Amino acid sequence: MYSFEPNEEQQMLVDAVGKYASTDLRPAAREAEESRELPKKLVGKGWELGVLQASIPDAYGGFGERSAVTGALAAEELAFGDLAGAFAIGAPNLFALPILLAGSEEQKKEYLPKVIEGEWRPYTAALIEYSFDFDPSDLRTTAKFSNNEYCISGEKAFVPFAKDAEALIVYANLDGRTQGFIVTKNAAGLTINNERENLMGLNALPLYRVKLDNVTVSASDRLGGASGHDFEPVLASMRLASAAAALGVARAAFEYSRDYAKEREAFGVKIAQKQAVAFMLAEMRTEIEAMRLLTWEAAWKLDNAKGDAFSEAYLASVGAADMAMMVTDRAVQILGGHGYIREHPVEMWMRNGRGFAMLTGLAMV
Amino acid sequence: MTIEFESPKPIAQTQFVLKTVAEEMMRSKSRYFDEHEHEIPWDYIEFMHTAMKTTGGGSLAPKDEKAEADPNKPKRPPIGYQLLAAQIETLAWGDVGMYLVTPGGGLGAAAVQAAASPEQKAKFLARFGGEKPAFAAMCMTEAGAGSDTSAIRTRAVLDEKTNEWVINGEKIFVTAGDKSFNSYEKLDRGFIVVWASIDPSAGRAGMRAFVVESGTPGVKIAKLEHKMGIRVSDTAAISLMDVRVPFDHILGSPTVEKTTTGFKGAMATFDATRPLVAASGLGVARAALEFLKEKLKENGVEIRYGLPRQKLSNIEREVIDMDIMLKSAWLMVLKAVWMADNKKSNALESSMSKVKSGDVTTKITQKAVEIMGPLGYSREFLLEKWFRDAKITDIYEGTGQINRLVVARQILGYSGSELR
Ligand SMILES: Cc1cc2nc3c(=O)[nH]c(=O)nc-3n(C[C@H](O)[C@H](O)[C@H](O)COP(=O)(O)OP(=O)(O)OC[C@H]3O[C@@H](n4cnc5c(N)ncnc54)[C@H](O)[C@@H]3O)c2cc1C
Repeated sequence: MYSFEPNEEQQMLVDAVGKYASTDLRPAAREAEESRELPKKLVGKGWELGVLQASIPDAYGGFGERSAVTGALAAEELAFGDLAGAFAIGAPNLFALPILLAGSEEQKKEYLPKVIEGEWRPYTAALIEYSFDFDPSDLRTTAKFSNNEYCISGEKAFVPFAKDAEALIVYANLDGRTQGFIVTKNAAGLTINNERENLMGLNALPLYRVKLDNVTVSASDRLGGASGHDFEPVLASMRLASAAAALGVARAAFEYSRDYAKEREAFGVKIAQKQAVAFMLAEMRTEIEAMRLLTWEAAWKLDNAKGDAFSEAYLASVGAADMAMMVTDRAVQILGGHGYIREHPVEMWMRNGRGFAMLTGLAMV
Repeated sequence: MTIEFESPKPIAQTQFVLKTVAEEMMRSKSRYFDEHEHEIPWDYIEFMHTAMKTTGGGSLAPKDEKAEADPNKPKRPPIGYQLLAAQIETLAWGDVGMYLVTPGGGLGAAAVQAAASPEQKAKFLARFGGEKPAFAAMCMTEAGAGSDTSAIRTRAVLDEKTNEWVINGEKIFVTAGDKSFNSYEKLDRGFIVVWASIDPSAGRAGMRAFVVESGTPGVKIAKLEHKMGIRVSDTAAISLMDVRVPFDHILGSPTVEKTTTGFKGAMATFDATRPLVAASGLGVARAALEFLKEKLKENGVEIRYGLPRQKLSNIEREVIDMDIMLKSAWLMVLKAVWMADNKKSNALESSMSKVKSGDVTTKITQKAVEIMGPLGYSREFLLEKWFRDAKITDIYEGTGQINRLVVARQILGYSGSELR
């Protein structure tokens, strides 16, 4: 059957996360962006909503089962509040979900309970590389196998919380395949830049450049164990998270500019009564809906192991990135000069909106 | 409820069966009927009539779903509109012009479904299950009233002496007007649904639809249009001079009160039919996209899904964008008809699906012709025809602009007078 409504459990999660996004994340977003810092308490409260915890089975300390659909719903809500906040709360996903999806039994037993028990703690992953043609399936960072261990060299960019992370997954090119490796804080040869990355957006999120200079990883710390893992499901989960977050940012921009257009007057009427503005809003709403359905379908296919799930997740991430740029750009346009001023959030969302085209790897669902 | 994208079995089955029909009976004749405008595809009509008598599909209103025989079995959710959308998309993939020549009542029957009493439905719709195929058409548009349907000038006046309505006016652009009104040996009697005002001072509230039976005196098919595409579908201009129809041929209330909104009937029809028209456009778009991919493959051009945009060629980017457009537009159609099946109000989703499909259908066919270069422009292939057929999707059943207005009013909470 086709069906387009979240189930009861999902709806409860959406409501709870949505409420936190509106009443906690959103009001703190501008201050966080300007001061380049997210309050610890804020992130902690988001963590307690239990989105990740609910995707881990109780054998590993969680209380549920992973569903990409549910994850996408939650990610949209969080990003609706604030993208930097959403990525911060979800940073431990970057470590836990690949282990859940592709890790060996020992890895799951060892790491999953540690990540999800208790308070939010920085765990992360390093995928992105600093080059214009960065391609997650063709990485420049390499892993070489010798003497029963792996030796990793290269440079990673935009790694969330790298400075404080207890452990991270580093993705590297092993004979042409992208493979994950579990690297702990004090590994020899691992250096983390002191300076944070300086980006056009996401300033509240601490992102770092990470150097790996012959970092050795034991065979048992290769994600999935000795024989490794498929990267496709991990990548699909990243792409879906990116698509879902794009929906959240776009919806925030759409709703804000819609409400503004109903207040603002020009030439004796509300600007929303002008077709030039009303049609922009109609198209924004339509595109958000289109990409939401594509994202949901891709997530559902992933959950149900359908053959074309990976390519559809790719399509959703590409389409949603375009959509987010279009929608956030128009939101600024609808506010006119006021949209360009940092008093309103739309310019921040427009900067965030561009990021989805290149920031796959900062979130997972 | 839950979020689910498993295509129900009956939908997959119907798509499978109709694909053969589309290939054998439609595609193979597409070029011929494109070049012989106003010839009638009798083989297709008769085949579809026979097929639909057994399956019930094809007309623009879903058949009433049979009550489950075993009351202990869990009730299956209704999928009538979903099934219909899938059928229409597949037939349009074959040939959208010919799909419009599918017997079974089309927009005319849809108007009756949406606005008639049970007795009227029984009276007017029974013929579609009869021995011979039959057609029905919807006449709203006039020379001076297209998007602005409230401007129609056709009048209906009650003759108290005979208890008949007397209709006068000029209609244009009536899909299947000829087959619905003129008599053909191979067809059962059809009808046209004519929109007219019973009280011009009341504006939209005074608008009503009337069923005018085939052959009624005073009705004349004035001409058949010559079109850019969908040439096998007749588009008629119809003049009505002192046309008399029985009192009970009015759909909806015969009196005008402040609270009556005769126009609601038309709007309810549109909520149901817009996603279906959207589906018909997407069938054309899919045909074009599949053809393009096939030709590219033949020519050794591979689409490398999964690569970052920066590494893709322009053609790959275009094709990937088309995939995104087509898939997402189809999901919007599905959601809109799913809402209709589940009796959820879908005015927003219905118009959004039409906006999206109008855009997607025109863009994909236009891009496909561009990418194929001289081959795209040549009449050796059907691609150039699909380009011509596609454009109507963004025009009839509310233009792209009119549907944007409907969407905007919905999301802004505006009335027609606040946003016009
Ligand atoms: C092949 C074909 C089949 C058809 N079949 C039928 C049928 O079966 N029954 C039937 O009743 N009609 C039918 N139509 C008519 C069709 O629905 C109308 O052509 C359509 O609604 C547009 O009306 P119009 O052509 O008068 O254009 P106009 O209303 O004159 O519009 C011209 C342009 O102005 C724009 N516009 C108009 N109003 C606004 C506004 N308020 N805001 C912004 N832009 C606006 C339109 O979007 C369009 O771009 C058919 C038409 C064709 C071509």
